[in-house]
Amino acid sequence: MTEGEHMHKGATITLGPLLFNWAADQWSDFYARIADEAPVDRVCLGETICSKRLPFYIDRIPEAIERLQRAGKAVILSSLALVTLLRERRMCADLVAAGDIEIEINDLTILVHLGGGRRFTVGPLVNVYNEGTLAWLAVRGASLICLPPELPFASIQTLAQAAAQAGVESEIWAFGRVPLAISGRCYHARVHGLAKDNCQFVCGEDLDGLKVETLDDEDFLAINGVQTLSFTYCSLLADLCRLQAAGVTSFRLSPHCCDMVAVAKLFRQALDGALDGAAATQALAALLPAAHFSNGFLDGSHGAASGHGQPSHVAG
Amino acid sequence: MMDNGKLELVCPAGTPAALRVAVDAGADSVYCGFRDETNARNFPGLNFSCDELADSVRYAHVKGARVLVAINTFPRAGALETWHRAIDNAARLGADAVILADLGLLAYAADRHPELRRHLSVQAAAANADAIRFYVKNFGVKRVVLPRILTVAEIAAINAEIACETVFVFGGLCVMTEGRCSLSSYATGKSPNMNGVCSRASHVHYREEDGELVSRLGTFTIDRVPKDEPAPYPTLCKGCFSAGGYRGHVFEDPVSLDAAALLPQLAGAGATALKIEGRQRSRSYIRDVVASFRRAVDAHACGQPIPTGQLRRLSEGQTTTAGAYRKTWR
Repeated sequence: MTEGEHMHKGATITLGPLLFNWAADQWSDFYARIADEAPVDRVCLGETICSKRLPFYIDRIPEAIERLQRAGKAVILSSLALVTLLRERRMCADLVAAGDIEIEINDLTILVHLGGGRRFTVGPLVNVYNEGTLAWLAVRGASLICLPPELPFASIQTLAQAAAQAGVESEIWAFGRVPLAISGRCYHARVHGLAKDNCQFVCGEDLDGLKVETLDDEDFLAINGVQTLSFTYCSLLADLCRLQAAGVTSFRLSPHCCDMVAVAKLFRQALDGALDGAAATQALAALLPAAHFSNGFLDGSHGAASGHGQPSHVAG
Repeated sequence: MMDNGKLELVCPAGTPAALRVAVDAGADSVYCGFRDETNARNFPGLNFSCDELADSVRYAHVKGARVLVAINTFPRAGALETWHRAIDNAARLGADAVILADLGLLAYAADRHPELRRHLSVQAAAANADAIRFYVKNFGVKRVVLPRILTVAEIAAINAEIACETVFVFGGLCVMTEGRCSLSSYATGKSPNMNGVCSRASHVHYREEDGELVSRLGTFTIDRVPKDEPAPYPTLCKGCFSAGGYRGHVFEDPVSLDAAALLPQLAGAGATALKIEGRQRSRSYIRDVVASFRRAVDAHACGQPIPTGQLRRLSEGQTTTAGAYRKTWR
């Protein structure tokens, strides 16, 4: 398949799972609005970060699924990223048993339960760094693979082409704080002097994560319970053209407190060619005036860097 | 498989000389890697050529020790050949096992070298019995190195459920789930998964400022200490930061694991082997730490008290911790 053919197929947009601990009402309102107004093709629902959060909104999920599906969006249920406890293993099994909704695997644990040729999607926290692993997952039933956010452009290009050959959609992390690490320890609890088992759900105070600064007051990272994210918001708005040309078929937006409907509209317009990268980037900056943006993983310098679609040198 | 209850001692070898030292000091097994990006300790001056591995395997086998070859980074897209060749070479040179993390590589090894023992690297982050079952069923994995985020109780629960050897790790504590951390590439562009390096020395800078020694990784300050105090190496997750009014080691204190004190519990939890970290360490460190662990494992196997002092003296930080093996660590 040529690059040109990819470009004209029309890229899709996936709204990734909400990573943060939002109150149930906010959760419901958010997905209702996404269903009614956001130009996204797929929506991932479910808890990927902390199994203790799920009981607070699990009752809201069926209604959200129905509303999103009624609005013509594909719904995907996302699995937990780090599975250690029996309760968490049961969550994985329950997700598979829940019905015929497609599942996004965020840890290989759940593949034990996914048999019988059932299709699934692969989230960005599964290590798909090369075409050998991609091919194995494709044979196993993967229909879409969201690549790890730290991959440089050359790897994305190779993998997007391998995905096309395998009949799999290739997706990349295009908007939002980048997931960088996951731990058994809860950092929100730790910085509040609490134990994880008695965390009082303090992560619920930071709807986009809690900023981590260096001792020289540089903005650096953000913590979200057991997860560590980038301080910067990844934005690949200015890179969409070359990524589509490289064969990437889907772009992932990660939910934040900002106006996600407006963010999705910008990406849709940029992907459709109705808005150029620079104008879209400018509009995004206006939507999130306090955010700092990065796309450094793409050019292989470092993740925190920001360039504007210019191929940059590779740092030592 | 070792005697029931007696832990196999798996020791690091960054160089052929270190391998001989480890074998002579009592290692049951030694793990090492090729001199390229296929292993997760791709540091200058370390690791093995094919010829060196061949000689080392011969040396170890004569002394009754095994050689495990770590090919535990995730192959770069478009460059699979390098990693496939590493597996082929390990098989050809008589390695007793390969330690792998990548799905595609596991599939390749199982397909091309079914007779070569496959161990699952800690980088694969198989953190529960279902995940381990997945690797055993699909790739015939015989042994899994458990993520260091697990507690003793969790290790025991896993061993009660699976028919696979398990290994726990003594060494500098990775607080993040290994194989699932891009903190280093966020700051430097080089990561454990892609390049086999974390907080790489080429991106480290020290400078004096206001009577303090500031250590930086890439452009980010990782720590500040009074200039007459020893500055810790700026490993990203062990740095000092501030968040939400807290100022200090947000992610982890700079301590290392005192596994010797926990050795009886870990043996009781059904683990097969104890893996010592430190492929980048000196021969004298390797000699001391392997000999100390040898005495500890043998003492425990004979029902004698474990001499802990020597191990504590060898640890990286000023103090030691029981790490995730005690639940309160979280």
